[in-house]
Amino acid sequence: MAVSARRVATRRLSNVLFVGFCFAVTVIALGALALILFSLVTQGIGGMNLDIFTKSTPAAGTPGGLINAIVGSIMMAAVGMVIALVIGILAGTWLAEYAGVSRLGAIVRFLNDVLLSAPSILIGLFVYEILVFPFKTFSGFAGGVSLALLAAPVITRTTEDVLKLQPIALRESGVALGSPVWHVIRNILWRGAASGILTGALLAFARISGETAPLLFTALNNQFFSWDMGHPMASLPVVIFQDALTPYPDLNKLAWAGALLIAGSVLAVTITARAFSREPKR
Amino acid sequence: MSSTATLELPDVSIATVDKAKVKLDVQNLDFFYGKNHSLKSVSIPFEANAVTALIGPSGCGKSTLLRTLNRMYALYPGQKATGKIMLDGEDILRPGVNLSMLRAKIGMVFQKPTPFPMSIFDNVAFGVRLYETLGKAEMGERVEESLRRAALWDEVKDKLQTSGLGLSGGQQQRLCVARCIAVKPEILLLDEPTSALDPISSAKLEETVTQLKNDYTIVIVTHNLGQAARVSKYTGFMYLGELVEFGETAEMFTKPLTVRGSDYITGRFG
Repeated sequence: MAVSARRVATRRLSNVLFVGFCFAVTVIALGALALILFSLVTQGIGGMNLDIFTKSTPAAGTPGGLINAIVGSIMMAAVGMVIALVIGILAGTWLAEYAGVSRLGAIVRFLNDVLLSAPSILIGLFVYEILVFPFKTFSGFAGGVSLALLAAPVITRTTEDVLKLQPIALRESGVALGSPVWHVIRNILWRGAASGILTGALLAFARISGETAPLLFTALNNQFFSWDMGHPMASLPVVIFQDALTPYPDLNKLAWAGALLIAGSVLAVTITARAFSREPKR
Repeated sequence: MSSTATLELPDVSIATVDKAKVKLDVQNLDFFYGKNHSLKSVSIPFEANAVTALIGPSGCGKSTLLRTLNRMYALYPGQKATGKIMLDGEDILRPGVNLSMLRAKIGMVFQKPTPFPMSIFDNVAFGVRLYETLGKAEMGERVEESLRRAALWDEVKDKLQTSGLGLSGGQQQRLCVARCIAVKPEILLLDEPTSALDPISSAKLEETVTQLKNDYTIVIVTHNLGQAARVSKYTGFMYLGELVEFGETAEMFTKPLTVRGSDYITGRFG
């Protein structure tokens, strides 16, 4: 058959169109991100001052900061991440290494996927029912647990995925040396999958650090500085939510500063973690 | 397979080996992947301190045979072996065999290099630490000795603390050999150890095998007939789950005793 110049031309044209389309969509996505970051920085930077890190949230018209919310957010996120890392890594490991194609494995995997996309407000209600209502008080601990429930499925999923990427021969060579399977998982597979598991943990952290809905039902808020996780606790997202809805410009400004803080800290944590988990020198 | 000259040849030909010299003796071994009967009554002796090559077309069962020798298949439910594999007078297929101790005696190197994600030193020390508590100096010596035997020492002695993943494919494979012999096994199972390597790295690995062959009982699965001819003392030819021909390599490659063996070695099929 003869080479058809028209066919080649059509294919080239469709190639150009498709690449152009991909490029345009990328520009739109990045453009939206740039706009968000731009307004966040321009509006938030004005509210940044030393008071933010030294004073608690104020009533309208009085000077104040965000320290109670910052500390609350850090503590609840820390509790949430610790619980979620333990559950997520172990559950992901079980799914990848032990569950195989069993029925139980399939059920757990499916339920985890459901949990992964569960609306966070439902998670908040659930924790309200089991940890707030029975104890008759909102608490920072309940807030941490609700964040853990949001983070755990993300970590479970990524842990399973990255463990499955480890070659079978790697497992077998550990076993061939006489190493028990659990020893191989701990000392070889987790090590090989570490940077992937870290990515999952960061994704989870980014997801929970901006969550408002579950905290409203669990940690509520606290105008005052507190280390006590047994009682209501302030958090950045909830403070942003409340202050942004008020008609007072100074509180609005504080909300913007809080939003900038969240975005900035997620970025900082991500960059630091990436820097520490660089592939070993070749 | 219709040439008249080969008509008188037997269907199967298994040479005998002096029983006293046999390290590992496979007797009437059947293997099942679920319902798939993939080894059919295979009996093959592996002589101590000699290399035995297993050849045959893909899917003939040679890797399966190798994986029964250290009971690697036990990792997978649904895989089953029946028959006997005698190692030093003990049947290793018997239930209740301590698999860790068995695998300390029988090392294995895989088709693709599988360095662990850790330093070169820790790669070699990994297996040793499972069985022995060595002081720092002793461990250093063991690692050096193993790397020397695997002909890798000179290339890595200055970078023992760097990742094993940074080595070239051929070096990685020799690292795996070093990791294996560091445990001081008596038997080495090599599953197509050069099939993922370029010719120069393959030649180096072959050289390593040649240097090890007097001290270890080696079983090597290979698709490379030249390699089988070069490194092995005995060769087993397998086809469709059966051991068709087994004998001294020198004889088998010059005058195969079976039709199928002759066809395979001359390249008429497989």
